[in-house]
Amino acid sequence: MRKDFDVSDCYVQEGKLALPYSYFAGRVGSTFITTLRDQRRILGVRCNTCGKVFVPPRQTCERCMEDIRNNWVTLSNTGEVVNYTVVNYDDRHLPRKAPFILALIRPDGADTPMVHILEGIEGDKVQPGLKVKAVFSEKTTHTILDIDHFEPVA
Amino acid sequence: MNRKVAICAVAQIKNEPDIWYQRFQGMLFDCFESIVQQTGVGFDMEKGIRNVITISDDVFDARTISDNGMTDVVGAHFLGEEKIAQDGLNALGYAMACILSGHDDLILVIGHCKESQAESRNMCTNLAFDPFYCRPVGLDFLNASAFQARAYMARSGVTEAHLAKIVVRSRQNAAKNPYARENPPVTEQEVMASPMLADPIRQLHQYPVTDWAAAMLVCCEERAREFTDTPVWITGFGSCMDSYFLGDRDLAGNFALKNAAERAYARAGITDPKTAFDVVELNDASAYQLPMWAEGVGIADEAGGGAWIDAGGMDRYHVNLSGGMLAGNPVMLGGLARAMEAVLQLQGKAEGRQVEGAKRALAHGTTGPAGQHHAVIILEN
Ligand SMILES: [Zn+2]
Repeated sequence: MRKDFDVSDCYVQEGKLALPYSYFAGRVGSTFITTLRDQRRILGVRCNTCGKVFVPPRQTCERCMEDIRNNWVTLSNTGEVVNYTVVNYDDRHLPRKAPFILALIRPDGADTPMVHILEGIEGDKVQPGLKVKAVFSEKTTHTILDIDHFEPVA
Repeated sequence: MNRKVAICAVAQIKNEPDIWYQRFQGMLFDCFESIVQQTGVGFDMEKGIRNVITISDDVFDARTISDNGMTDVVGAHFLGEEKIAQDGLNALGYAMACILSGHDDLILVIGHCKESQAESRNMCTNLAFDPFYCRPVGLDFLNASAFQARAYMARSGVTEAHLAKIVVRSRQNAAKNPYARENPPVTEQEVMASPMLADPIRQLHQYPVTDWAAAMLVCCEERAREFTDTPVWITGFGSCMDSYFLGDRDLAGNFALKNAAERAYARAGITDPKTAFDVVELNDASAYQLPMWAEGVGIADEAGGGAWIDAGGMDRYHVNLSGGMLAGNPVMLGGLARAMEAVLQLQGKAEGRQVEGAKRALAHGTTGPAGQHHAVIILEN
């Protein structure tokens, strides 16, 4: 603190932003979320120009600018770990108590990995290339957390 | 770039962990008064500043339109005011464009962030992600960086020992910078023993929570000498936004930074970055980013970050003599801080960290998780 600063009679107000929202998931996102929720299937979309399969799905291939919104492919509920980190701090926005693992997981059949929770293995045992499978949640949250987590294929 | 744009003056308060005793308006006003005092600039519609570009973040300020409560203290009362909610280096690029277009002669760029106001910086950056796929799994800028750090270290030969060296050096350099956050000096052993936050990132690898404000007066070439005898010229600017999803990106590949640097170099006529700069300031929010961004701007060989550190690259290229963002600047202002330091160096005002005879500098800023967006500016005296 600057030494010459007069801090007498200084008041600090405690506050909070807590604002409920309703977010439209988009048409492509809606199909992805409701299929995950109702059928426990992970959907991707394929670009027919470059052949890339994207998950989470999008409307347009960012490289080819092709409209890919209807090119649905069902991805496997298994996949592989591409990258990971053991989250060792606690915070309100985190889905688990520390320590827990976040991983970039590429579902079989997709080209792009997505971030999800990895359970059932110690952090120091995880290696890129680890084969994992989706474990679906009991109760829906209508988000990507309808996959509760991934865990190693036994 | 045929017409030139000058930075005539810079002003800043000291970076501090918690400026609880001053509102952000007061922090900005200190910078504003310094700019007016240094340059005598006015705010009349004929010859004065007609437009102010502010930099702020709604979530960190906990109020939307976070610029609306400060126009009076930044000279924008009843004048033009525009806001950048991105790293402040982009505000400098925007000011340059306003002047090159002929729309304005003079722009005040002024920004603030009080990271300390929020209970959790990571909660704030979690809100940078979409609510469907990324926010629910807890992504924030720290754990997003951890993925990048792992990918980059595997590719570049950068080790935990290198990261420790970077942190120790940052604090040594920051000790010579009167505006830097005052952090206790640390040893490499202390860095390597600091708590692991999201492996491979440890607490001391990550920039500390910081509050700060800063301002710059940007001017057209014709009028620069009205305000300073030591103008610093913007000779190149480039930026690039990478894909949003982490899984879509080559996290260790520097795609966006390479593009941003190439675009800036093309403007500035730079063909060999390894011989081009006397000062390089890189926006290192986390220790692994210093060698990674050094590769991205081409002062280190591709995938050679570890060897570059071993060969003394950080000192040879005068990288982050300010201490870098790693010593402590708030998010949104890491790149602007880099440009401030480059200006001070090129004006010969960098005191104990001055590079004698510095002629040309590179300053870099990044916005978004794991370096999604990059901006590069080339400055010359
Ligand atoms: Zn394509």
